[in-house]
Amino acid sequence: METLLALAIGVLVAAAVYLMLARNVLRFIFGLILISNAANLTIFVGGRLTQGLPPLIEEGAYAPVEGAANALPQALVLTAIVIGFGLFAFALVLVFRAFTTLGTLNSDKMRVAEPREDAAK
Amino acid sequence: MSWVLSLPIILPFLTAVLAFLLREKRAGAWVSVGGCALLLIASAVLMVNVLQAGVVAGQMGNWPAPFGITLVADLLSAVMVVITAITGLAVSVYALAEINRRKEYLGYHALFQVLLAGVCGAFLTGDLFNLYVWFEVMLISSFGLLILGGSKAQIDGGIKYVTLNLVSTILFLSGIGLLYGMTGTLNLADLALAVEEVENQGLLTVVAIMFMIAFGVKAAVFPLFFWLPAAYHTPSFSVSAVFAGLLTKVGVYALIRMFTLVFDHDIGYTHTILLWVAGFTMVTGVLGAAAQTDFRKILSFHIVSQIGYMILGLALFTPLAIVGAVFYLVHHIVVKANLFLIAGVAEKLTGSTELKEIGGLYKSAPLLGVLFLIPAFSLAGFPPLSGFWAKYILVKASLDIEMWFIAGVALFVGLLTIYSMTKIWAQAFWEPHPYNLEPKLSILTPEQRWFYLLPIAFLATLTIIIGFYPEPFVQFAERSAEQLLNPAAYIEAVLGEQS
Repeated sequence: METLLALAIGVLVAAAVYLMLARNVLRFIFGLILISNAANLTIFVGGRLTQGLPPLIEEGAYAPVEGAANALPQALVLTAIVIGFGLFAFALVLVFRAFTTLGTLNSDKMRVAEPREDAAK
Repeated sequence: MSWVLSLPIILPFLTAVLAFLLREKRAGAWVSVGGCALLLIASAVLMVNVLQAGVVAGQMGNWPAPFGITLVADLLSAVMVVITAITGLAVSVYALAEINRRKEYLGYHALFQVLLAGVCGAFLTGDLFNLYVWFEVMLISSFGLLILGGSKAQIDGGIKYVTLNLVSTILFLSGIGLLYGMTGTLNLADLALAVEEVENQGLLTVVAIMFMIAFGVKAAVFPLFFWLPAAYHTPSFSVSAVFAGLLTKVGVYALIRMFTLVFDHDIGYTHTILLWVAGFTMVTGVLGAAAQTDFRKILSFHIVSQIGYMILGLALFTPLAIVGAVFYLVHHIVVKANLFLIAGVAEKLTGSTELKEIGGLYKSAPLLGVLFLIPAFSLAGFPPLSGFWAKYILVKASLDIEMWFIAGVALFVGLLTIYSMTKIWAQAFWEPHPYNLEPKLSILTPEQRWFYLLPIAFLATLTIIIGFYPEPFVQFAERSAEQLLNPAAYIEAVLGEQS
């Protein structure tokens, strides 16, 4: 199970890096979304994986049974997903706004804040 | 005890809510100032507590560490919170004059307060995942502040700022996942103990490098700093000042915290990398500044260069070097925020920050000239201002352990810093204005003049005080460095007595 997820994370990261190498900012953001999911999966696997043992405490007991699923990484992943959602919503709107005000999504042509020396003259 | 710790985080959040509700009125801006004043008091109370107890720790919701979320303040955290409040107060007063009604309506003051809350939270948390959350709070409000107004340059700079910071965030998050997988804990004090028991120390070093890159992007070190000079000269001057003072320093703080408390297992490897990074950061930053001709762009590159000095202190990893890093951190925040505020006044008077387009400020506004000279000379390291002591300690620390080369680099970079500062001085203050304007301070309304100059004079006074009475500050930095290098007290305060 861990191996399978590790491979999935690898594929996600590879696809994400491919997208992030593009000049198009929108593709970059898509890559970022993919790689953030890979990071979330990493946390999930970091908590070790178990099958069919939810972290529920039996009535009368004080602790969950031995080998129950680790609930903490799942809570962390949930937090990270929510935060990531907010950030990417902002980033997508920013890219849209960049397209309407700057008229391009090509990061090479985004030189308003740092104009080229020769162009400035 | 825990209210002392949580107040510096809760206060800005409450102020943010109030400022947002009052955003259509002038009162919103004053709420922001009042909130900052309260924050300053709260941080002073925290400082007093920390000075007495050494390390103050509190568990939120009374869950014992390492299960609950820990807030903890040692001397470094406490002084960073105090300096955050000071910078916040100065910038919020400045914003009274600079931020126009439209930006106020769009929620400038609320975003500013959330930013302060995020910064304080990052300084006070004792939990790695919680640190990530505070970084995000800080990041999302800084995104808002950066593009508030929506000019072309802001959107352009914003794209680079947002994308590169998101990459660093994701690296940070992956690092957290891997570290948790290896140690089973995220409490910083608990991590400090748990990393010693990790079997594969090599893997630990890999994770350490992930954190180094993630925080390195935030701190803007070589070769990860490119987002900074692309973005910092685009927003309002108030925003630039608070970014320049605080944001990158949170990255430096996180580096210092992680690489003294948790990742001290392979100093020969990690801190050698940091040393190279520090050297290159100092040199590239200052060379970048030398090539610029815009007031704010020069200052932006100088942030990068100065970050190198702080990283140098961490990289040398001797008690004196850590003293230097802590001292530098405090001195730099005051000076840098102030320089950006002065750049703002210069722009208001002359209409531009491009050095070729402005001039004559010394003749027409000598007060501003004097106020500029204080932080500028301090930045360059002129005795007896604060920057001199900061550089002196760091250079002495490197000479003490016979690192001749890096000491030479630090001195050489100081020389080049003087070059850029004199460039600004000569072109903006000394030379006559190219269009023969006389940029007098009297073109501002009396109210504006107060709001602009009061925070600048306040921060300049601080610089002078640190410069002329460095003794208590150095002693403080010494105690702080001692705590950082012997984290036993920190660990005990968080986890209780260790058997």
